[in-house]
Amino acid sequence: MTGGPPSDEGRAAAGGPPGGAGRAAPGGPLSDEGRAAAGAQADEAARVTPGPAVQVEGLSAGYGGEPVLRDVNFVLDAGRSLCVLGPNGGGKTTLFRALLGELATQAGQVHVDGRPAYVAQTDRTRLDFPVTALDVALMGTLAHGRWWLPARRADREAAHAALDHVGLGAQAATRFGELSGGQRQRALLARAIVQNARVLLLDEPLAGVDPASAERIASLFDELRGEGRALLVSTHDVESARRFDLVLCLNRRQVAVGPPADVLDTATLQTTYGSEMIVLGDEAGRAITVHHHEH
Amino acid sequence: MDVLDPLLDPWRSGLDRRALLEVVMLGAFCGALGFWVVEERLTYAAESLSHGLLPGLVLAAIAPAPLLLGAAGGVLVAAALIAVAARDERVGPDTATAVVVTGMVGLGALLALAPGAPPRLEEILFGDPLGVTDGDLVAAAILLTAGGVALAALRRPLTVTTFDAAGAAALGVSPTLLRLVLLGLLAAAVAVAVQGLGALLALAVLVGPPVAVRGMAAGPGRAMVAGAAVGALAGAAGIFVSFHAGIAAGAAVALTLCLFAAAGAALAAYGVTGRSLSRRA
Repeated sequence: MTGGPPSDEGRAAAGGPPGGAGRAAPGGPLSDEGRAAAGAQADEAARVTPGPAVQVEGLSAGYGGEPVLRDVNFVLDAGRSLCVLGPNGGGKTTLFRALLGELATQAGQVHVDGRPAYVAQTDRTRLDFPVTALDVALMGTLAHGRWWLPARRADREAAHAALDHVGLGAQAATRFGELSGGQRQRALLARAIVQNARVLLLDEPLAGVDPASAERIASLFDELRGEGRALLVSTHDVESARRFDLVLCLNRRQVAVGPPADVLDTATLQTTYGSEMIVLGDEAGRAITVHHHEH
Repeated sequence: MDVLDPLLDPWRSGLDRRALLEVVMLGAFCGALGFWVVEERLTYAAESLSHGLLPGLVLAAIAPAPLLLGAAGGVLVAAALIAVAARDERVGPDTATAVVVTGMVGLGALLALAPGAPPRLEEILFGDPLGVTDGDLVAAAILLTAGGVALAALRRPLTVTTFDAAGAAALGVSPTLLRLVLLGLLAAAVAVAVQGLGALLALAVLVGPPVAVRGMAAGPGRAMVAGAAVGALAGAAGIFVSFHAGIAAGAAVALTLCLFAAAGAALAAYGVTGRSLSRRA
């Protein structure tokens, strides 16, 4: 992945055009909102349409009291990727929950194109639960409604196709818990593909993944972008942030946003990570590393 | 004398036929529901509800009113008290629940042992499948039918919620709502199950079958079907044993369910899984 075009940078710095539409994600099974819209929207999802997939304007969000994240402004176009960098407790999860509509915004506007897919860290999933890779991919069809009926043949075909797409075709019948870390991540990506989301939120997708799998997942990200999907990926790893179109640095507020070349400098990273950062290298920031506390 | 007589005799006896119907229906539904109770870590909640409803049962016996009514009221009161007590963070939910449940059992015993109360404590605590009424059978049939339909319809949302709650929410499935529905089914199952199995033994029909099939089932759907089969089979076996050995029916059913669970757990511990069985076949 290379740096984004100047338009991204300019708009990001300016805080993006006002969406004004608020959240537009339709409801799905067992939610308060309508279901019919979800199916129609999902069918549209993979179509490449230029324009913003995510607009966040003056967002402050939290859990009732003081906002734990404030003043977030960025625009992410369809087919682009954004890396969310920040320390533990810096607001990465809060941002994702606001984009998913699980947290009411305390200030500002959030607009997401369609219902975003969420790919959790695989250790947050139940590894002892009896589901196969195919079952996991099939879960994506729940976003299209009909949750009370068994999966249809077309659903199963879509799930198999998505598993083939992520290179797990041969592991369809394997228990999720028996897959490797990278394979689990790809099974969850297959679910997002079946869901046909235009916006994917991925929480630390490369944590605990071996280098070969990480490379495979990164190239999968490129393919998903090529299909016109927007990717938001949270990570601890400053080095991997260089592969994204945009980098958003969070430390309880927005520290910076822009192409990696502009954002990944020592001063910005110091503001983002504070005392957690250890600077080992040169001014170009090639050898900046971040020390993480286990929690 | 027919070779089938030992199997048919309980059926020919009117009392045992009703007991058989009751435990088979209860076993089938609770065996399927039990998969989710165990996977969602609701076993302790199920035990708490089944014990905490004791005062409701006793009050119904004293009134006298249908025991099902007392059980339903008792479940609601126990659930509300547990919900309130569990909010005390200094004590912690487990301990607070234990205090509430022990208090409710104490209150139930106090009421049941009061002078003038009908001597039904034994039946209420340990169950009396042979004493089930037509109303009990109808309640069990309704539970089996309506609950079975609900479980079948909720299979996919429950699967994604249990597997990955955050991902489920992003797919439009509400984990909170589903958990409430599951708790509602659990409360209904407990209220009906205590009619036949008693407040102390009803839990066996909810956790015995899922433990018995845990290592074998390849997926949630199959686990529910297998749990239902084991629940119905073990329930029937308990009634047969009680008929021929002349022992208490409720206790025989509970013990048979637990033996099935122990056998299933032992097989799983020795590496026998559904997959290894089908590979051998």
